[in-house]
Amino acid sequence: MFPKGTKRKFSDSGEEAVCGGGGGGDQGPSAAPAPSPSPAAARTLSSSYSLQRQSLLDMSLIKLQLCHMLVEPNLCRSVLIANTVRQIQEEMTQDGTWQIMTQALAAAQCPADRLVATEVLCRQTEAAAQEGYHSEEVVMDGDAEAEVAMSSLSPVSPQLSSASYLAGADSRTGEQVFGTFEIKHPAPPSDPALEELFSDVDPSYYDLDTVLTGMQSTPKMGPYDLLESLSSHGPTALSSSTTCRSDLNELDHIMEIIVGS
Amino acid sequence: MEEESDTRKINNSFLRDHNYATEADIISTVEFNSTGELLATGDKGGRVVVFQREQESKTQPHRRGEYNVYSTFQSHEPEFDYLKSLEIEEKINKIKWLPQQNAAYFLLSTNDKTVKLWKISERDKRPEGYNLKDEDGRFRDPSTITTLRVPVLQPMDLMVEATARRVFSNAHTYHINSISVNSDLQTFISTDDLRVNLWNLEITDRSFNIVDIKPANMEELTEVITSAEFHPQQCHTFAYSSSKGSIRLCDMRQAALCDKHCKYFEEPEDPSTRSFFSEIISSISDVKFSHNGRYLMTRDYLTVKVWDLQMENKPLETYQVHDYLRGKLCSLYENDCIFDKFECVWNGSDSVIMTGSYNNFFRMFDRNTKRDVTLEASRENSKPRAILKPRKVCVGGKRRKDEISVDSLDFSKKILHTTWHPHENIIAVAATNNLYIFQDKVN
Repeated sequence: MFPKGTKRKFSDSGEEAVCGGGGGGDQGPSAAPAPSPSPAAARTLSSSYSLQRQSLLDMSLIKLQLCHMLVEPNLCRSVLIANTVRQIQEEMTQDGTWQIMTQALAAAQCPADRLVATEVLCRQTEAAAQEGYHSEEVVMDGDAEAEVAMSSLSPVSPQLSSASYLAGADSRTGEQVFGTFEIKHPAPPSDPALEELFSDVDPSYYDLDTVLTGMQSTPKMGPYDLLESLSSHGPTALSSSTTCRSDLNELDHIMEIIVGS
Repeated sequence: MEEESDTRKINNSFLRDHNYATEADIISTVEFNSTGELLATGDKGGRVVVFQREQESKTQPHRRGEYNVYSTFQSHEPEFDYLKSLEIEEKINKIKWLPQQNAAYFLLSTNDKTVKLWKISERDKRPEGYNLKDEDGRFRDPSTITTLRVPVLQPMDLMVEATARRVFSNAHTYHINSISVNSDLQTFISTDDLRVNLWNLEITDRSFNIVDIKPANMEELTEVITSAEFHPQQCHTFAYSSSKGSIRLCDMRQAALCDKHCKYFEEPEDPSTRSFFSEIISSISDVKFSHNGRYLMTRDYLTVKVWDLQMENKPLETYQVHDYLRGKLCSLYENDCIFDKFECVWNGSDSVIMTGSYNNFFRMFDRNTKRDVTLEASRENSKPRAILKPRKVCVGGKRRKDEISVDSLDFSKKILHTTWHPHENIIAVAATNNLYIFQDKVN
């Protein structure tokens, strides 16, 4: 539960606030006052607000992870949570705290935080591709649930940024391109408790990556791995991901022809 | 509105202990048929229970048409999708009745993946006096048969049978959230998170995809479809709502794929109330056309809005359902209540709208007098046939004697599903595993 924070003063900087005006309608932790655009202003952000925002981010990432562990994730809920994460990330990028956080995470090693991202659907996609199941549904489903589009600006990868247009159907928020989170390939977990918990499951099947980036790798990663991957993403990762994704798209296309839809 | 209450408890499990509610008994949808004679409920266990209104009798005038169980059947079974290694829940998401065209009743019921058309018919006669069979069904020895007779229909105890007449499956990759029967009575739509499919009631092996918002790259997905409904009179018009708080009205005559809407309803955001939860609370959980076809009603987390179909830029009316929750959005996000999908419903004359809330409260708004009332569906707080007392939630400061403070609301008791009789002031309210039927007070 969140401590009820004090309401942050509305900073009337006259800038177009990403999150709008002072959290007039909301009390306590849900308030999102106008962010300051410059990095210097980051320091003036009240610490309680940043704490609350950080807690919200943590909570959302954990919810997303848990979503994926469900037998069949609720797409609407996943999309709404992912959009919330994007909003927080956008605001944090604007006031410079995002960089600080990702650097801090890169420095710290937190193996204990790693949750296994299930994805039965990833197993599905592989199986489908290998066994040649001609079901458009399967292929698309593999994509689908994998989605929960976690996105971020990736300064290192211009081709990704341009490729992933987040042309929201909703022009109101005018959300700009986010690009994509590069999902890092994490090291296998050393946490014995986790090992035991998932000992009966073949780890190679779990991969949030597989469908998102089309690559096969061991999956276990925690919520912060998604964020960590921001700064350190390699063009190599990118190009293979694009290839795999285009492979999936081709497969999709072929399925459409075969199914005749 | 004054009411007298008449409670029905549904518990089809073998356990008769009313304090223990099995999850399978949780009611997931309620719907009156087009005459109001029948009321159907679907539950998490895949069962459908249909109630029928008693004929009004002169000898017992105070029992004015109460609803009794008419038929119970298992509509959907749990399935396992072997391809994806996923269980398909048998929970009934929606039931929609077809208008009655002959002696039998027809309804569509759907779970996450499959829509079924059920025929409910009565049998009160059976043939007796077969030549080749005994009364108990055993075949007679042909050598003993010396005469010929014609079987005669004899009366028997009324039996209500439900048979599945059509199964519409394999058309949805995502979870079906709504179905809607067209006014042409020949077609219907089924809607999942990303697609709307059009079916002909007679054809089960083919459906037409008329809306598809799946992006080429699933990572770009930011919006899903939350509900869709056909216009009550125009058979070519339907509306669908999204998780971003917009409604699109589409005309099927324009193109085979209705990706281009002909009207787009959205209210601009109020910057003073913006927060990280703004988008989530703007997500529309239900959309309903008014009976006269001129208005649309939408329910989002905190409000109900009535839209004039001719005005796209803002709603005609906005009603606050439980604005006192605005300050608790963070905790509601944490416990997932913020994702609860409440339904909303019009009364027969489109003058009153109703929707549910927490703590087994439900709210009614009179569009003409602008008065609203909060009522509670609970057996502890109201006796059968007693008039319901209006409830009030106190938002701060001094709490009056019978008010409830926001912090003592029970968020596990939510009224998500309600329905209103098409002509009369009779409502059915589902409170977890209990069904409440309320009627207007006579005289």
